[in-house]
Amino acid sequence: MSRTSPPAPLDYLRRWPLRAWVAAVAFFLYAPLVTLILFSFNESRRNIVWTGFTVDWYMQVFQDDGLIEAFVNSLTIAAISTVLSVILGALVAVAVWRFRFPGKAAFEGLLALPIVVPEICMGVAMLVFFSRIMPWPADLPWPLDLGAITIAHVSFSFPFVAVIVRARLLSFNRELEEAARDLGASEWRVFLDVLVPHMRPALVAGALLAFTLSLDDFVITFFTSGPDTVTFPVKVYSMVRFSVTPEVNAASTLLILITVLLTAIGLKLQGKDIARAEGGA
Amino acid sequence: MARTLISIRNITKRFGNFAAVDDVSLEIAEGEFFALLGPSGCGKTTLLRMLAGLEMPTEGTILIDGEDMSRVPPNKRPVNMVFQSYAVFPHMSVKANVGYGLRIEKVARDEIDARVREALALVKLEGLEERKPDQLSGGQRQRVALARALVKRPRVLLLDEPLSALDAKLREQMRSELAQIQEKVGVTFVMVTHDQDEALAMATRCGVMHRGVLQQVAAPSDLYEYPNNRFVADFIGSVNLFEGRLSVDEPDRAVIETELGVAIHVDHGVTGATDATLWAAIRPEKILMTHRAEGASPPQEVNVMPGIVRHLAYLGNETLYEVEVAGARRIKVTRSNVARYEERGFSGGEPVWLSWHPRAPAVLLS
Repeated sequence: MSRTSPPAPLDYLRRWPLRAWVAAVAFFLYAPLVTLILFSFNESRRNIVWTGFTVDWYMQVFQDDGLIEAFVNSLTIAAISTVLSVILGALVAVAVWRFRFPGKAAFEGLLALPIVVPEICMGVAMLVFFSRIMPWPADLPWPLDLGAITIAHVSFSFPFVAVIVRARLLSFNRELEEAARDLGASEWRVFLDVLVPHMRPALVAGALLAFTLSLDDFVITFFTSGPDTVTFPVKVYSMVRFSVTPEVNAASTLLILITVLLTAIGLKLQGKDIARAEGGA
Repeated sequence: MARTLISIRNITKRFGNFAAVDDVSLEIAEGEFFALLGPSGCGKTTLLRMLAGLEMPTEGTILIDGEDMSRVPPNKRPVNMVFQSYAVFPHMSVKANVGYGLRIEKVARDEIDARVREALALVKLEGLEERKPDQLSGGQRQRVALARALVKRPRVLLLDEPLSALDAKLREQMRSELAQIQEKVGVTFVMVTHDQDEALAMATRCGVMHRGVLQQVAAPSDLYEYPNNRFVADFIGSVNLFEGRLSVDEPDRAVIETELGVAIHVDHGVTGATDATLWAAIRPEKILMTHRAEGASPPQEVNVMPGIVRHLAYLGNETLYEVEVAGARRIKVTRSNVARYEERGFSGGEPVWLSWHPRAPAVLLS
């Protein structure tokens, strides 16, 4: 190839500046994660030098009742808030897509607010709300004692679901709805038989997002959790305040594993749906 | 004519100030294949959607089988529709699509299976029961939509531009097939189309719409040969329009003095238009073109004018000539290509006589 001709798109990949750039991005993105995972298998109690391979820390994680409890709390909150967020978000999206009503623009703006408001403000707001306006009763049996956190999580997750579902609805062919009506379906049947299947990829994506948002939320949870309702991120934070032990590494590795698995499952479900929806319109 | 099935009485549909359908009245008989024809935006689809119940009329009533359907929702009408986009449910198999309406009706499972099989046989889709719509061609998807509507045994089947998304060859095939299916099941079909060939070829009766108003309702041949007004004459097929005034109006003879200085003679009287402007419409295939030598006399005494061929377009089955006559007007003339070549054909710049039979022109009052 002559020196004067401009490089083809893929050609850039063969030139060293771009390769260096890619390497640098990959390094800063993944090196911390790799270190975290590696050192969860480190024999040494201190997280600085590698002394040998062990799985003791994982054993210890499974024996640490406090950590397990926090972990179960986190998964429970994430599961409940995901279900609620998906239902609420999808209904909001359908309402905004389907109907015209006074104050619709304002409604849509308010809907996006939890997405843009800084988390710390949301956290403080929740703290004030649950201490002054609607105190969540203490001493409730599990999992009702997680109510305050769950409500907080739904309030910042469902707008994400709504935004995703609304985008998906733009590609809906209204004639499908009319065809179902024409064939005898009531409004409710149309919703179940035609609209929900169309929304499914967006519902899966929204659920995935809501679940991970809830699972790893620290700031808002920190302000709404009581002494007996500790979630995993909050627990890790309190452990790290003393020292960063390989136990924390091991627990975090497990969390990464769970999220990666869930994401893979979600993407697979979604891929199938999208292929079908796009081929069949 | 058979019993009236659909009676549309003074239907008007307004969107804001705009009347999409303006005071339309129409009767459609049982077993008819009726086509609503018109350019896009003429209100034909709105009228069809009102029959389906997908739009509610602003004024007027729609009776189906003697029952007032004006305010009945679409899922409670004895009417089914084939949508322009086919609207086949993408997440359901062919079988599930066709059976959907019956499942909603809570028909017994064996009966659903039997009726779905029957419907799929009718549209020649046997063997594709388990396919998903994304594994079907456009034509097959349309057949699914057709089977899905017919399986409900509606009193009326509505078709919204059923052939517009198909390629030319398939369209022609579907045209005759739709007509056959209609004959076989005997259901009343109401079709909307902007394609006049489609309407003329398939329908037993057509209604031409323009700007929300029903211009004329007639059998295809009557629509073509006896148009009511200039819009219909021009929209259905191709036409040469001559503006003029009556100079003679007797019971069996009338003469129109045209703007071109040529008198057009017709063999019938024209009532009620003595002083008004009127129009004579002559179809291109009804004009005879002959060679004109210098100084030669015309081939007939009346209904003839000289011209010069300015342009010709060879269309295979026929050739379209544009002939310039007095006043720089161009007249369209077509000639069937009855032989593969002519000893003395017509070429550009050639002087010709244009003549026509007194029964060729249609006299239009508006």
